[in-house]
Amino acid sequence: MLKVEEQQPVQFSAALIEKSEEIVKRYPEGKQKSALLPILHEVQAELGWLSPNAMDKVAEFLSIEPIEVYEVASFYSMYFLKPQGKYVLEVCRTGPCCLVGAEKLMDHLQKSLGVKENEVTPDGLFSWRGVECLAACGYGPVLQIGPEYTFYENLNEQKVDDLIQDLRKK
Amino acid sequence: MARKLLLEHINVPDIHTFDVYRQKGGYRAVEKALKTLTPDEVVEEVKKSGLRGRGGAGFPTGMKWSFLAKPEGVARYLVCNADESEPGTFKDRYLMTHIPHALIEGMIVSSFALGAHTSYIYVRGEMMPQIRILEKAIAEAKNAGFLGKNILGTGYDLELYVQPGGGAYICGEETALLESLEGKRGNPRIKPPFPAIAGLYGCPTVVNNVESIAATVPIINDGGDEYAKIGIGRSTGTKLISASGNLVRPGVYEIELGLPVEEFIYSDEWCGGIANGKRLKATVAGGSSVPILPANLSLKLANGDPRLMSYESLSEGGFATGSMMGSGGFIAFDEDQCIVRNTWNFSRFYHHESCGQCSPCREGTGWMEKVLHRLEFGHGKMSDIDLLVDVSKKIEGNTICPLGDAAAWPVASAIRHFRDEFEWHVNEPVKSLDTNYGLANYAEPIAKTVSTEN
Repeated sequence: MLKVEEQQPVQFSAALIEKSEEIVKRYPEGKQKSALLPILHEVQAELGWLSPNAMDKVAEFLSIEPIEVYEVASFYSMYFLKPQGKYVLEVCRTGPCCLVGAEKLMDHLQKSLGVKENEVTPDGLFSWRGVECLAACGYGPVLQIGPEYTFYENLNEQKVDDLIQDLRKK
Repeated sequence: MARKLLLEHINVPDIHTFDVYRQKGGYRAVEKALKTLTPDEVVEEVKKSGLRGRGGAGFPTGMKWSFLAKPEGVARYLVCNADESEPGTFKDRYLMTHIPHALIEGMIVSSFALGAHTSYIYVRGEMMPQIRILEKAIAEAKNAGFLGKNILGTGYDLELYVQPGGGAYICGEETALLESLEGKRGNPRIKPPFPAIAGLYGCPTVVNNVESIAATVPIINDGGDEYAKIGIGRSTGTKLISASGNLVRPGVYEIELGLPVEEFIYSDEWCGGIANGKRLKATVAGGSSVPILPANLSLKLANGDPRLMSYESLSEGGFATGSMMGSGGFIAFDEDQCIVRNTWNFSRFYHHESCGQCSPCREGTGWMEKVLHRLEFGHGKMSDIDLLVDVSKKIEGNTICPLGDAAAWPVASAIRHFRDEFEWHVNEPVKSLDTNYGLANYAEPIAKTVSTEN
């Protein structure tokens, strides 16, 4: 499962540690494991993905076993266990979005970026993937971009091209 | 115009802020409950209202609350289920985005009723913008003295936190949600014990949907009896409906329960009809997990009476001719849509989202997805259709949580009502591939190998 491709040392920023300590205070004493999902989001937002080293560091921070972090990170679909593009375009591919053109949009995205699902563009800027229902069914097709998870609704091919151009200029 | 309780002020500028929400009468329910009612009296009002859980199961909310164990010296928790991710359902996201204080106010009233002093709103992780909106709203409410220690000088304390999920549909099941909130994989727990006895951290816990909790505000403001006057039969009050698919005006609507389905689809007050002048082919009334109905049974009961948007009417006839209210995720399909393809799409969703704990669901959802894939992409056999029915029957009722049922029902109902379309895919594999869908991401390798031979 966790094929170790990168084992560089990981350093969490002071802001990340402070935020993590604040999160732990939301739960009763001794129940700090509840902070695991929110902290993994914070770590991923800072580092771009969850490397084994980063997860080990989270385990150490929460005084839990590393396996407890691995099993959670690998269960939920939002956590990246390998490096991604700087911008991960996540297109909703479920029923209602498909009724209004999500699949055609995914085909277009593949052609525009020149990479298949879950691959990274050579410049490291983009990857894309289809994801299951994003709860915006009335405004489809939709896509979102982390770590802020900004939503783009009522999309068509032109709007996607414009979005990619804007991101390239950033 | 229909009466609105939750979305009454939706068009007021800046209604998402505390000040504007308060100016429009917000937080009156907190004042009334904490200053003039006992917790048991709040529970009694909710019971009188007849409010049924708005997350999908439709269980009476007041009754659920009254099951909560109250041992001395043990914490009790209220957890709001904001893990909305059923295909077709997006009402909670809408409510949290535009009127976050409606949820915060409901959380305070409900926590008071249940004797909870720490409550959590578990929001699906993908809704980061909504998480930020809620955190800001909580800070505003706390600054104004509606959260924290000694709320409004009444001696009642409440801390409220937002918990992001990690992206897993199964966490909408209440015990899986609790596991996730405890920092674990979202595997549903075996019940009993129910959360009311042993929930979060083993303590008595109530898990309610966003809309259910927000509905306690008008119930306390106007009284349970007033709320119960709205609606029809045991379907009392208003309901948020998320409308999607091939409609002129998809979106989130608040209806009084009992509205005819035909009026909801075709009236200009609601969805405005089927987009592009097409005809209605089918509907899914309550989110992807409920049975699909062909157009005639969507609008009329088997006896010819109008089908109404109510818990009873939508399920009238059982699964032979009815469906379910579910979460209120209403999906409309026009005449051009392929039922086999849609069923495959939903099946892939449930396979992806199965937690893998129970064999029938873990294996069965995968089988159904694969068989539907080969039917849709031109490799199906006639026997596959009965195989799908057989597999769906073997999943239904044989899993710890209802995800198995949710995966089985769309497949079984699609075959029940549209069997000829499945057979057409077997008989005409090339023609059935001639659709306007994008195919590159799904079918390119096998579409080239399609043969018209048996």
